[in-house]
Order: sequence, then structure tokens, then C-alpha cells
Amino acid sequence: MTGKPASLLEVRDLTATFHRDGAPSRVVNGISFDIAPGEAVGFVGESGSGKSVTARAVMRLAPEGSSIEWGGRIRFQGQELLSLTEREMRDVRGRRIAMVFQDPMASLNPVMSVGAQIDDMLVRHTGVSTRAARKRTVELLGLVGIRDPAIRADDFPHQFSGGMRQRVLIAISVSCQPDLLIADEPTTALDVTVQAQILRLLMRLRRELGMALMLITHDFGVIAGMVERVYVMHRGDIVESGEVDTLFAAPKHAYTQALLAAVPRIESTRRPA
Amino acid sequence: MTGAAPLLRVRDLSVTFPPRRGRPPVRAVDRVSFDIQPGQTVGLVGESGSGKTTTGRAILQLQPVTGGSVHLLGHQLTGMPRTELRKMRRHMQFVLQNPYSSLHPRMKVADILAEPLKVHGSVPPAQIPERVAELMTLVNMDPAVVKRYPHEFSGGQRQRIVIARALAVNPDFVVCDEPVSALDVRTQAQIVDLLHDLQAKLRLSYLFIAHDLAIVRAVAHRVAVMYGGRIVELGDADDVYDNPAHPYTRNLLEAVPVPDPARQRAKLADIAPDPQFRGRDGEQGPCVFGEDHAATGASEWHEVGPGHGVSCRFWPPGITPPGRP
Amino acid sequence: MTDASSRLRSRGQLLVAIGLAMLAVLLLIVALGPSIAPYSPSATSPNSLDGPTALHWLGTDSIGRDLLSRLIVGGRGTLMITFVAVALALAAGLVLGLLSGYVGGRVDLTIMRLLDVVFAFPVFLLAIAVVAALGPTVKNLILTIAVVYTPAMARVVRGPVLSVKRWDHVEAARSVGVGEFAIALRHVLPLVVSPILVQTSLILANTIFTVTALSFLGLGPPPPDPNWGSMLAEARQFMELAPLTVIGPAVAIVFASLTFIVLANGLREMLDVGSR
Repeated sequence: MTGKPASLLEVRDLTATFHRDGAPSRVVNGISFDIAPGEAVGFVGESGSGKSVTARAVMRLAPEGSSIEWGGRIRFQGQELLSLTEREMRDVRGRRIAMVFQDPMASLNPVMSVGAQIDDMLVRHTGVSTRAARKRTVELLGLVGIRDPAIRADDFPHQFSGGMRQRVLIAISVSCQPDLLIADEPTTALDVTVQAQILRLLMRLRRELGMALMLITHDFGVIAGMVERVYVMHRGDIVESGEVDTLFAAPKHAYTQALLAAVPRIESTRRPA
Repeated sequence: MTGAAPLLRVRDLSVTFPPRRGRPPVRAVDRVSFDIQPGQTVGLVGESGSGKTTTGRAILQLQPVTGGSVHLLGHQLTGMPRTELRKMRRHMQFVLQNPYSSLHPRMKVADILAEPLKVHGSVPPAQIPERVAELMTLVNMDPAVVKRYPHEFSGGQRQRIVIARALAVNPDFVVCDEPVSALDVRTQAQIVDLLHDLQAKLRLSYLFIAHDLAIVRAVAHRVAVMYGGRIVELGDADDVYDNPAHPYTRNLLEAVPVPDPARQRAKLADIAPDPQFRGRDGEQGPCVFGEDHAATGASEWHEVGPGHGVSCRFWPPGITPPGRP
Repeated sequence: MTDASSRLRSRGQLLVAIGLAMLAVLLLIVALGPSIAPYSPSATSPNSLDGPTALHWLGTDSIGRDLLSRLIVGGRGTLMITFVAVALALAAGLVLGLLSGYVGGRVDLTIMRLLDVVFAFPVFLLAIAVVAALGPTVKNLILTIAVVYTPAMARVVRGPVLSVKRWDHVEAARSVGVGEFAIALRHVLPLVVSPILVQTSLILANTIFTVTALSFLGLGPPPPDPNWGSMLAEARQFMELAPLTVIGPAVAIVFASLTFIVLANGLREMLDVGSR
């Protein structure tokens, strides 16, 4: 690849300030980053590092029940997201930028069949007929690896296992062919073998649909195989960023070094005494 | 290792959950057997629903047992009268996963740590504050903070308090159920180090239950892999991790992401279909090891190396043990 | 903690402060009673059904007794009955609710079925029936009210106990070797006090009405001891001549119930009960 492609997402001096009990607390301290079209970028950090809030900033979603103030600039495909009205923003969410969360059960409507939920999304964002939407829904469920998608489309979320639910959620998120998929700890709640399946699915969809991926995780193992570039976050700042191979091979910042050193290794023979 | 009497001996331990709302009874734990030697750690790994947590609770008699036996220090815990069992609790302790919910929110740390001391009358009342301070020091915390409430501490500090409470009565055996999975990676490493130090200092034995295979490798001498309520593989940690014999163990180890971009990419690029692990109970004919269990009545357990055994259940068709045609 | 919930909490604190101030007035009446009343409640004066004068601030009743004195002394009677009855219901409800929720299984089933039988009757009808059958004495009144409110109390204890007993720290205490009785008292009960406080306040408000209504119907403590309910009943026939004789006890009854309703709402918002 020669020459850097124009940015899909360009974030400059992003700040996020929570307002609770009257006292403002800043959780993201003016960070800047870029994501190119089709690129996979990882954000890694511990709890409280601001990585999830950063992901939500791009969707302009405040965590449940809190008020948050954004600052700085978020340009997506040349459009300034922070100055859009809420109505205009709704058109961006789901259609151009989609998000997958950690807890698939909480993100699905428990009293609606999963097929109906995807139909809804398609009808709302692409304006197709209900019948055309259902055809696409079945395709999508098949695409994310659900067997007998035409039958399972009529099942309710509780009839799926955790991993299958996450597949459904991914089907919903890619239904409108977004240009950017944000995945916030998408496999943290899953078993390790299911995690591997979901990671493979995300890789495949990214390739097939040409989406950019913004992956948020605390797990260095997950991030290692999924992205081209990594941003390491600590207490609201980006402390280090770089190509994934370089960063893992030779972390420069002391914090990154400490984190990497603490990761338990399955092949190590650090034996108890 | 042989010769010394095991500290904990578990034989054919079974737990069946009664039928509920029309669902059939569930064998959550199915004829589980293993030993733990003094001062050693056995890691119990498996995915959600494998029965690992129920096994831990059943060993501590916090869960009614439907079959088999548990011996601790030579005493049979299964079927033991309640008052005697309460006395035995001095020897066995429990560290739970969630450091936020496993401490009483309205009790000060001093009272939390004093409670087991009072229950077992292990130190005279006048010496309790001294022992509490000693326990805080043991888990590398400042004894001056015992007048605070749990919510004033971080997750890692709370887990240290939970460990201190478990150690209050000088136990011999501690069941750690996912003790670090709610913590950040650096805090995880600190707690693992603390558990190591305490084991060396106090000659503790641990049953370390976790879904994170990498963490278990860092703490366990021996490892048991559970699937569908059974132990499918048991052996020294190095043997199980470096030469896994059961296809389920191999599948599990293969799925663990490694913090090495080139290798992790290669792992994800490998698109072998996921194998189906089926049970073989009551099936006729020879098992994967060539033994006809229905005919001989022998156990499903097969030795593949010294102290390293594997079950012949749950082998996907077409897969044979290493070294066999 | 969000903005909305912190606003609720500070509003709750204000309500609780107001409620406690009102409760202080009620408690003063109970504690001091006759000693702060200007006259004896049974002393008569020649001026019956008089309006407010310098001597009788709220006027006199049909046989010339001082209304203010009767309100104070009568309030003492009404409130005493209320407090004692609710205390008994609370004690019984705590024991039954904790036993039912904590032990569970067959014990739970038995206790809840028995309480359902009581619960099935409308509180007021049941109270009328029992007092009418046993005779209108103070003791019977207290016992009846305690019995009819016990199921509501037990339920409000049982619910949160059912969830708290599954919390990790309870298992942790059990694994340390703490006995079941101690676990129930030390590790479960302290975490369910908030809903109990709220429910107790609400029941106190209801009980004020029940006690005065029973007395109004003549099922309260026998005369000549005054109480708000019987005062209201006596005054009813002279309502047009001396409205204060009705308004006085009515305002007192509303004030007392309002005290506990304000307290209950304040506590609910302050302790965040019901948002679980």
C-alpha cells in the first residue's frame, strides 16, 4: 500500500466530561486519532481508561442515565458529527456507523423476534419494503453463520445462546452496510471457543463488506490478531499508538510495557514454586 | 508426589439439579475424581456450563451432593453432620469471583475479618484487632484502613480483603472461584503473585477455578479440564498444556488468543470447522482407546502418561488419541 | 449515580426532615399529653359549643369541655394505640418475613398461605368484625390492628430477603462457618431495612385512619377517655352550630397521617427504594 488514504474518521482533541452530582469529571482528555477507510484499528486499555467512552463519542451516545459533554472535533466522511442535530445523528447511527456491544442480551429487544428487529432496521434506514427486508434479513443471518436462517429469524433472543445472540447483533449492525463498525468488548462475555468464532466472523465480514473496524478491548490477545494499528489508552489519554506488530514487539511507553508484561501467557512456563 | 496422603480427595462426585418447570434433571457434575496434595494447586478449567463452579461449591458442601465422596484431611465431608461441618470450615475456605458483591456492604473491614475469628474462637477476643492487623499485612495492605467500608476500596484491594478473610482461620485448603476474572490485567498479576507468596508461606492448597487458561497456567501444578460435567483430561500442567491429549482440550487451548500479532493472525486465519463433542455413555463397541467399556465395565479413564489421564468420552468421530492408529 | 437520582435523593432528604419535624410534634403530644393541656379533658365549663375565646382557644364542645385539651389528650390515646399496634405488626412481620424468605421451601409456603388468609379480607372489615366480636377495649383494638397489618409487613420483609440471601457475601459468610441464624440477622436483615422503613411509615398512616374510624364507629376505647375518632362522632350532630368541633379532630387526623405519608415518600426517595 502506497500513500495514506484519506481519513474515514478524523478525531481531534476529543474531550468527554461527565456531569454528575454537580461536579464535572473529565474522562477523555483531548485525544486525536484517525481511521482510514477499510482499516481496522484497536483501542486497548484497562477499566477507566476512557476507551469505551471514546467509542461512544463517535456514535454520540452517552452511557445510560448520565449526561456527558463532548468537546473537540469528530469528522466522519468529511462531516462534523458533533455539530449535527440529534435527528441528523440518528441517520448516521446504524446506517453509516454501527456498533456492537459487550452484552448482546441487553442490546436486543426481548419481546421481538430477531428477524423482526433486523427487518425494522432495514425498513427504517434503507426504505425497502417489509418483504424485501425479510429476504435480506435471512441473507444476513446466514452471512453471520446462523443455521436455517429462514426458520431462526422467527425465534426470540432468549432462544439463542450467548454466542449466537452476538452473531444476531452483528447481523443487525452490518445490515445497512456501514462504513465503520465499532465493536466494544464484543467477546468479553463469551467463552473462549465462542470468542474465536466471533473474532473470525468479524474478520470475514470486514473483508467481505470492506468496512473499517474500531475494536475496543482490554485483551491484548484479542487485539493482536484483529487490527492493523493500536492506540493504548490510560486515564483518558492515548499514551502510545502504532502499527500492531511494532507496538507488540517493542512497546515504547512504560505503561504499555507494564500492561504487556502483565498479560499471562498460555505457552509460558512460569511455574509456581 | 505419590506416597504423601492427599489433602483433598474427591471421588465420583456428582451433583444433579432437580427437574424444573418441565425440564429434565441436569447432571451438572458427573463422577468427578481428583486429589490435591498439600501445598499444591489444581486448576479446574472449562467453559460456562461445564460444571466447574458447581464442583467447587459441592466440595465445600455449599451445594447438596447427589453422589460420591469428598475427604479433607482424612475426614469425609459428604454426609457430615452440620455442627461438625461448621468446625471443618476452619480448614477450607472460599474466594469468590466478584470482589464487589462478596463483601458485606455495611460492615467495616475490621468486622469482616473478625467474623471468622469469632465464629471459630480461634483467638481470644482481646487479640482479635492484632490478628486483623496481621491479616492485612499478610495481603500487603495497610492495617490502618480497617475502619473503612468495602466500597472505599478498589477491586484489587477488595479481593485482597476477601483473601485475608479466607486466611483468617489458618485454612489448609482454599477454593478460588474465578478470583481474578473481574480485575484488570495488572491487578490480576498482583493477585496471582499474592496467591503464590501465600502458598509458599502458609503451605496452602488451592483449587483454582477459572475460564482463563493462561491464568491457570500461571498458578496450577496440575490441571483438570471439565466438559459437560466431567473431567475429560487431568495431568501436570506442563503435560496438559504442551501435550494435550483430549480433542476438547486441544480445541480449548487453540482458541485462546495470544498477544503475538503474527501468531494470533495465523490462529484466526485457520478455518477448521468446530468439532462436535458427543457423549458415549452406554454405547456398545470399543472406545477410541480400543476398550469396550460396556463389556468390561472398566472406567472411562485412560492413562496417556505418568499422572496424565484422559477420558474416552466426547471424542469427535474420526479423531484418535496420539500414538494410536 | 445519575443527576436524576441525586436530585431525588436531596428531595427525599427535605421530605424526611419535614416529616421528622411533624413527627416530633406528635411525639410531644404522646409524651407530655395531659401536662400540656390547659384543662382536664373532662372538666366542663358553663359555655358549651362556644367559639374560640381567650380562655378556650379552640372553643368548647357540646357539654362545655375544652376542645384543645381534648384534642391533645385524645391524640395521645389515638397515637399510642397506633404506635403500639404497628410495633407489634412490625415485630411479627419481621420474624415471619425473615423466616419465610430466608428458610424458604415448605416453611415459606406455609407461612405465606396462612398470611394470605388474613390478607384476603379487607383490613377495615376484618378489624370491625374482630373488635365487634371481642369487645371494644384498648387491648383488643391494638391486637386486631397488629394482626391485620402483619401480612403486609411480612411480605415487605420477605421480598428483599429472597434476593439478598443469594448475594455472594452471604455464601462467603456461610463458607467461613457463620451459623444460619447469625447470617440471617447480620448479613441479610441489615440490607433490607430501607423498604421496611418505608412500609412501616405507610402502615402508620393507614393505622391512624383505621383507629380513628373504628373509634368513630364506637368500636374504639370506651368513653370518657377522649380520642379523635369519638370526638368526631360526638361533634357530628353539632357541626353547623360549632364547626370547630369537627374541624379540630379532622385536621389533627389528617396532620398525623400526613406526617407518615411525607416520611414514607421522603424515605423512599432518599433510600432509593423501589428502583431495584
